[in-house]
Amino acid sequence: MAEPVTPPPVSAETMVLNVGPQHPSTHGVLRLVLELDGETIIRATPDVGFLHTGIEKNAEKLYYSQVIPLTDRIDYLAPLSNNLVYCLAVEKLLGLEPPPRAQWLRVLLTELTRINNHLVWLGTTALEIGAMSVFLYCFREREEILNIFEMCSGQRMMASYFRVGGLALEPPLDFYPRVDKLLKMLPGRFDEYEDLLTENRIWLARTRGVGKMTVQDALDYCITGPNLRACGVPSDLRKEEPYSSYDQFDFVVPTRPEGDTYARYLVRMEEMRQSVRIARQALDGLPEGPVRADAPGIVLPEREKMKAEMEALIYHFKIVTDGFAPPPGEVYVGIESPKGELGCYLVSDGGPRPWRMRWRPPSLLNVQLLSRLLPGHLIADAIAITASVDFVLGEVDR
Amino acid sequence: MPAALPPELAERRVVRKLREFAPEALLGATEFRGQMALSVAPARLRDLCEFLRRDPELEFDQLVDVTAVDRYPLEPRFEAVYHLRSLRLQHRLRLKAPLRGDNPRIESLTGLWAGADVLEREVYDLFGIRFDGHPNLRRLLMPDDWEGHPLRKDYPVEGYR
Repeated sequence: MAEPVTPPPVSAETMVLNVGPQHPSTHGVLRLVLELDGETIIRATPDVGFLHTGIEKNAEKLYYSQVIPLTDRIDYLAPLSNNLVYCLAVEKLLGLEPPPRAQWLRVLLTELTRINNHLVWLGTTALEIGAMSVFLYCFREREEILNIFEMCSGQRMMASYFRVGGLALEPPLDFYPRVDKLLKMLPGRFDEYEDLLTENRIWLARTRGVGKMTVQDALDYCITGPNLRACGVPSDLRKEEPYSSYDQFDFVVPTRPEGDTYARYLVRMEEMRQSVRIARQALDGLPEGPVRADAPGIVLPEREKMKAEMEALIYHFKIVTDGFAPPPGEVYVGIESPKGELGCYLVSDGGPRPWRMRWRPPSLLNVQLLSRLLPGHLIADAIAITASVDFVLGEVDR
Repeated sequence: MPAALPPELAERRVVRKLREFAPEALLGATEFRGQMALSVAPARLRDLCEFLRRDPELEFDQLVDVTAVDRYPLEPRFEAVYHLRSLRLQHRLRLKAPLRGDNPRIESLTGLWAGADVLEREVYDLFGIRFDGHPNLRRLLMPDDWEGHPLRKDYPVEGYR
């Protein structure tokens, strides 16, 4: 393998510092090439691709339903958001609508996913700024969310729980009281984190005014999600282009006008509280009914039906061996993932495999934002800013 | 000679305005599942995007995505695909520019959106489409000395051994 390219220095007075690819503050394998004048960064160049696994290429040889487990592995901190955007895209391609109960359970689980993602974000960001204990608390709460994922899907992280047309199966009965207990516990725990950080003088000194960006920067760098809302723009796809019946939920889109690291922290803290609110509404008002759409030939039949009905058995065999073929066409679906707008662009040629699957990764653009945010700051601030924009290298490189 | 478009799409505001701005640049329009896609001349792409971004009634100020589709063995083989969105008006648009397989190249949008930088580098890396005017057109995901462009349809999924 050839040596990675290092950009030539601006002048002979400066020093080039290589951060990563194996560095704890990069949350994976990100290489940051920093050009320094003394301790001040004058240029930052992110170098990505160390985790490229060719998921988009692999998807082209798999049946539509076989792609779902691959999507979990893209952003492994928000696997159910990935499942959701992929299933929504295939459903749009097919013109299929999942039943209300499945849509509400999807909302419930993707909001838990958002809390899961933000807890990891908060824990690691605090860890890098020096608040070790917050990291341990966040992972304690995250563990319970992972247990809940394990209850319904059998997997802690790579849940693969959503299917085209609904869910894999009905969650077990003790799932509901456990979620209820979690939702009762979380707000108090968020208060604890805020007690530790929000008015902490060290935290304020390390985050306030650090890594400031404007709405114009966000638009130029294609930034969406919490980072955009921390510049004062109340843009949220759950409100603006409601999917999966988000229009039936009551919640607030938190924003902060400052655009600095502290604002990004406050926005995410408030988002977690709103997620609890949405999940509570979903749990209390969960509609009755099936969790899979009635679409023979696309959605696998019920197990019981297969034992009694010939047709169900035939459909099961056909779906597993031949897949299903959406009509030729192309769709783009974007959802509000915890990191920004997560998009899936699917092109169908009328066959049982996607002709092209494109994953629109918010993480890649968040990483690219570093080249705009880091110059002018000290190296120590670079660690705080890098953590604050929130990315996962699995999604950056796919 | 402006292309003939389906009448129900020709009435849309964005189509009407684009036709006023550059009648020859609009090659076609299709709609599938309520999503409209406009086919545009690659040589005019940057002009059109600048117009779409600046026009006060359209205001497509968010570049959501840049990607490509390989239609091998058809010709024109590639389509460069752009997804735009308006932050204030909250509408979306898909632009597609057909590119020939022998020397696929198109204008870069890095002058309009700095974020197009990595998105175009990824398309260059995986499809081999060149972006004219890109300040730093290097591979993004594959190593710099890699041969071939993995997302092309004539590139085997297992890679070359």
